[in-house]
Amino acid sequence: MEIPYTAKPRPDTGLYNAKLGIWLFLASEVMLFGGLFSSYILLRVGADLWPHGMLSIPIGTFNTFVLIASSVTVVMAWASLKLGNPGKFKAYMAATILCALGFLSVKSYEYYVKFTHYDVWFKDDATAEKYFKAAYGEKGTEETRKQFVERFHLHNTKATYDPAQIQLAGHIEGNPLCTNLKKLVGAKQETIKFTPDAPLGSHEHPHAIEVKLSDVQRLSSYVPAHSTFFAIYFTITALHGLHVLGGAIVLAYFLLTVDKWWKKAPEQFTNRIEVGGLFWHFVDLVWIFLFPIIYLL
Amino acid sequence: MQATTQTHSQEAHSHEHHHDPGFLRSYVFSSDHKVIGIQYGFTALVFLMFGFLLMMCMRWQIAKPGTAIPLVGGLLENFLGDVAKGGVMSPDLYNAFGAMHGTIMVFLAVVPLAFAAFGNYVVPLQIGAVDMAFPRINMASYQCFAAGGVVMFVSFFIPGGAAAGGWTSYSPLATIIPTQGQTFWLIGMVLLITSSLLGAVNFIATVIQLRAPGMTWMRMPFFVWAQFVTAFILLLAFPPLEAAGILQLVDKVFGSSFFLPTGLIVSGKPYDVSGGGSPLLWQHLFWFLGHPEVYVLILPAMGVISEIIACNTRKPLWGYKSLVYSVLAVGFISFIVWAHHMYLTGMGTKISTFFQTTTMIISIPSVIILTCLFMSLWGGSIRFNTPMLFALAFLPMFGIGGLTGLPLGFNFSDLHLHDSYYVIAHFHYVVAPGTIFALFAGIYFWYPKMTGRYMNETLGKTHFWLSLLGMNLVFLPMFFQGLYGMSRRMSDGGATYALVDTAGKVNPANEGIVTALTGTVMHLNVFITHAALLLLIAQIPFVINVFMSMFNGKKVESDNPWQATTLDWQTPTPPPHGNFTKEIVVYRGPYEYSVPGQTSDFIPQNQPDAQPAK
Ligand code: HEM
Ligand SMILES: [Cu+2]
Repeated sequence: MEIPYTAKPRPDTGLYNAKLGIWLFLASEVMLFGGLFSSYILLRVGADLWPHGMLSIPIGTFNTFVLIASSVTVVMAWASLKLGNPGKFKAYMAATILCALGFLSVKSYEYYVKFTHYDVWFKDDATAEKYFKAAYGEKGTEETRKQFVERFHLHNTKATYDPAQIQLAGHIEGNPLCTNLKKLVGAKQETIKFTPDAPLGSHEHPHAIEVKLSDVQRLSSYVPAHSTFFAIYFTITALHGLHVLGGAIVLAYFLLTVDKWWKKAPEQFTNRIEVGGLFWHFVDLVWIFLFPIIYLL
Repeated sequence: MQATTQTHSQEAHSHEHHHDPGFLRSYVFSSDHKVIGIQYGFTALVFLMFGFLLMMCMRWQIAKPGTAIPLVGGLLENFLGDVAKGGVMSPDLYNAFGAMHGTIMVFLAVVPLAFAAFGNYVVPLQIGAVDMAFPRINMASYQCFAAGGVVMFVSFFIPGGAAAGGWTSYSPLATIIPTQGQTFWLIGMVLLITSSLLGAVNFIATVIQLRAPGMTWMRMPFFVWAQFVTAFILLLAFPPLEAAGILQLVDKVFGSSFFLPTGLIVSGKPYDVSGGGSPLLWQHLFWFLGHPEVYVLILPAMGVISEIIACNTRKPLWGYKSLVYSVLAVGFISFIVWAHHMYLTGMGTKISTFFQTTTMIISIPSVIILTCLFMSLWGGSIRFNTPMLFALAFLPMFGIGGLTGLPLGFNFSDLHLHDSYYVIAHFHYVVAPGTIFALFAGIYFWYPKMTGRYMNETLGKTHFWLSLLGMNLVFLPMFFQGLYGMSRRMSDGGATYALVDTAGKVNPANEGIVTALTGTVMHLNVFITHAALLLLIAQIPFVINVFMSMFNGKKVESDNPWQATTLDWQTPTPPPHGNFTKEIVVYRGPYEYSVPGQTSDFIPQNQPDAQPAK
């Protein structure tokens, strides 16, 4: 005996099995990302300091458009099959997968930039000020404080901050990936060459300075261990990225097997594309929430 | 166990059709819902036994702290090394066993047995479907479950041993324990959650899409309703725990601080992380699943019980509609009571008041369900067979468990009772002599359908009476220990805080301290351990019975040995691949027993015309 309603909808529910299945699955996905977004809110509300402008908005916007475009092409791919045109389906589906790969490449680039960007905190006020001056000249302490105020949007607070709480941001010579104080010390390194970021309002990087590791309290690239902000940023975007990757693999499978399936079971195959498309829209939708929350707010 | 029997019958079946799909395809990588149900059931029973044995070791340590465990002590030392030096359980090992006992019992034993095993086997049969809606996803669900089980089991043998932060895995504790047990736990949980997610999608789709013609919603057996609501709970409550698990995994593996607060000091040293996280966040995410999870533990059990009660009282269930609406209400409300596990976290009186109120509200539909089941007995001509005995015992046992939950649900009384043995007694009454009895009942009840043979009644009744006695002797005293102030999760059973030790010798350290644990409390520790041994012995007849009856149990006289009305009994025995040999159309409600003016005292759901008495 055959399982009914695998292709044709059941009259009283109006759904074929897989369509109901994907909606249920998406409901659970909503709860999964809902849990993560709620965590984001709770952590942010409870945080003393929350950084702004750490991510590139132009890149994020570009990626948003790439995903939206892929959502359009996946619908067109499905519509092409509905109109009985597997040739056009192939073109649209290929475009969708290209968009997905484009999105993932851009995302990887963003990750790479973060993994090679460092913050350094110094042991005490005097040491910190010494390095701030080495980096930005006589007004070094004020400059780093200005950067700090800008990063955490502290414009209206009167509080003063001790320099040892303020980080110096920049790049380590040789652009090591995701290293930290423990690893550097473990590698018997005593100093690093550090190129501080350009001062506010300028694009000119100051000269590299020599930093003694014995003066450093904490050193971290922009990875989950850096701060709660980066932790939640990487966790949610990586999970989302895995969804993009998984979706792209499934869609690519459909693209590669269309000729066989189109001959054998066109109706069922079209349904599969619809179901795959629904998942794809969901992945897109998650990003539409992610982008403003993490990049803009 | 049943797996082997299934093997025989399936073999016979496939020979008839001249295309033997081979051993692996039929029994290991099968996509047939009945085979998958039996796989789930068998695995879950093994884990149930394993979880129980972990607890037996812990009970020894509670009763006789610091002495070598008889029989298995040496074995533990051989396999686990220094944590069990000289066969004595170290506090670390106690913690690991405790965490894994809870995890295994909940996620690898009771839920898989109640939901996945019974649900898989019975639900498609009861709604007249040929299989689940997505058979291959069903198979993937079992494989994820098995993989999760393997990861959990393997974690005992890694350096440092299994997770030791409790089944609730509260951070920071769970994160800062320097070994990798927690990492294994988290990976295992992600696999188990994936498995139950796949199962839940499948169950819901099956019930909505594959009901036979005429099987309207209000003609579904209550068991199907209970599983349907359970599937929704699993679908929607588990993902936030998955989110929490991912966050804790990132904390553990990548050194982030989702659940680690600023200024955390560990062993006298500042802990080297960025800080800024929230331990409360973990608790919220955990209990957002954790509470609905307890309904996942109990609803399928209620479903099993109602089938057995209707059949063995030869009477329709009392208040079928109230049962259905109540189970739906429980399903919804179970999502908004979670923080009653967190009264002591300082989350604030307003929030406590809200959750206290919802907790009291959810007990109303729960009580309605229990009342309906009790009322169903009234005026029935009860058959006291083994499944029915277990079902009958379920009612008061679950009643005790549920009623003792009320003082926990009130903020003011929970201040005293929280994290004490009272809580242990409460939830074990609902899960052990509650749910597990229901599962035993279900096994005795559906065994003849799965194998074509009855289980032995004498062994069954011995199993029942000894278990009933053992369960109560184990768990009843725990209420008193808790009220007297004994905390849970103490690796020496509270000896450190006791006035006198189990041998009656005064502990000089606590002399004169009014709140020290009394001698009575300490003696109960020993008593309970003896009772637990009795409970262990009580399971021997069951194990023998399951295996023996497969070969020389009494053969069933017909395909419907209990004269039941629901569709699961209108199939060949055991049901072949595809389940039904004829087209199934449903004409009536699920419990048409003893309809006046009929020749037979039951009318199957698929029988078109009732036969009036001549
Ligand atoms: C119907 C009324 C019930 C109420 C009012 C209730 C209330 C509570 C409360 C308030 C707690 C937390 C106590 C504390 O930690 O201080 C608790 C613990 C617990 N309950 Fe219930 N409960 C009920 C039914 C159930 C059922 C049906 C189950 C499972 C089948 C269950 C399983 C548990 C478990 C496992 C815990 C302990 C969790 C832990 O801390 O490890 N309860 N209950
Ligand atoms: Cu609860």
